[in-house]
Amino acid sequence: MEHIFYSLQDFMVYTKGITYLIMGGLLVLLPLFWVFVAGNDEKKELF
Amino acid sequence: MAFKLPPVSLKIEATPGNIITGIILILGFGLTVMRFYGGLGAVTNLDDTNPWGIWIGFDLLCGVALAAGGYVTSASCYVFGLKRYHSAVRPAILTAFLGYALVVFALHYDVGRPWRLPYPIFVSPGTSSLLFEVGLCVFLYLNVLFIEFTPAAFEWLGLSKIRGIVMKMTMALTIFGVILSTLHQSSLGALFLISPSKLHPLWYSGYLPVYFFISSMFAGMSMVIFEGSLAHRYLHDKMDETHLKESDGVVLGFSKAASFIMMGYLGIKVIGLAIDNNWHYLFTGWGAWFLLELLGFVGLPAFIYAIAARDKNVKLARIASVIAVLGIVFNRLNISIVAFNWHLPAAQRYMPSWMEIVTSVFIVTVGITVYRFITANMPVLYEHPDYKHEH
Repeated sequence: MEHIFYSLQDFMVYTKGITYLIMGGLLVLLPLFWVFVAGNDEKKELF
Repeated sequence: MAFKLPPVSLKIEATPGNIITGIILILGFGLTVMRFYGGLGAVTNLDDTNPWGIWIGFDLLCGVALAAGGYVTSASCYVFGLKRYHSAVRPAILTAFLGYALVVFALHYDVGRPWRLPYPIFVSPGTSSLLFEVGLCVFLYLNVLFIEFTPAAFEWLGLSKIRGIVMKMTMALTIFGVILSTLHQSSLGALFLISPSKLHPLWYSGYLPVYFFISSMFAGMSMVIFEGSLAHRYLHDKMDETHLKESDGVVLGFSKAASFIMMGYLGIKVIGLAIDNNWHYLFTGWGAWFLLELLGFVGLPAFIYAIAARDKNVKLARIASVIAVLGIVFNRLNISIVAFNWHLPAAQRYMPSWMEIVTSVFIVTVGITVYRFITANMPVLYEHPDYKHEH
């Protein structure tokens, strides 16, 4: 699992790349989780 | 049937619970004398390598996190206008006030020389220190919580005029409380930023202040649910119809919010792993311990909370609150004790003495005893009939 880094640039590209992928995943998963949590709530009439 | 004010009770019955409480209090008084007469060495296993033990890790860090219910509940009721949580505000404020008061009380045992308590604020403030910020915030917030709680005492004492003056300050006090909590909850995490070489990389992160603040939110909510379930069980007769009617709504509403915040917290913890590239540590013994904390005490209660909120299952939410509260204790102890100085040989690691543990139990028992006295006499779990229509 140990990743070999040759420069700070390599390290930043790798770690930031993974971080952005996780953030993208969270942006999709968290709203879906909210839909799951609030799934049985009564719908409010907005208009 | 109309709710009747409980009579003022100062009578102590010889129940098993009261006898155990009495024994703990006597032991605690004895250890207090030993600590202040003989110094830290007489009762603790602390040394120069491990200067912070469970009095900081448990009494202070866990105490402050679990007292966050005060700012969370009052903010949701007064700032966000969720008036259906109104009946939960007073018990939450009382718990927070007692929590912070006990944090300061416990700090005396660790720091010593109680007469020097005002020094960091009034005599020699170290304004560049995080500890100064924590001290100042806790000092101010304890006063805020005290003022926020006084209306209950004024109603009990029949001082309606001064109660009216304090009630007008509610919104300002709530906002001030939220600001102070944001500051010192995060600063407690920031205290550990100074020790990147001592704290295990799985727990150390540049985001520690954020982790502490976000986790304090669901810690507070979980504590409100947990404490509410205890009150329901043991102080049912002290609760009026409004409190009984609204309590399920509070549990389910807080479950929903806590589950979402916990999932967000889980997400930023994973981001913390990624940004520092600490993945390889997950496959060690420390990694298993870290995953137990993250999945067992955050992910699992978050999921149980979600099911409880979805299915309107109050019992399930109460189970989740116990796991979440234990999870916060687990996290704070991991950061301050278990994963701290992790690279040292076992002989140099810190293990609390039985006297330190009993002192912590004594401090918690003092809190529970005062809570019981206040809820038995003051309008905390019920609305005083004279002020019923003033909210």
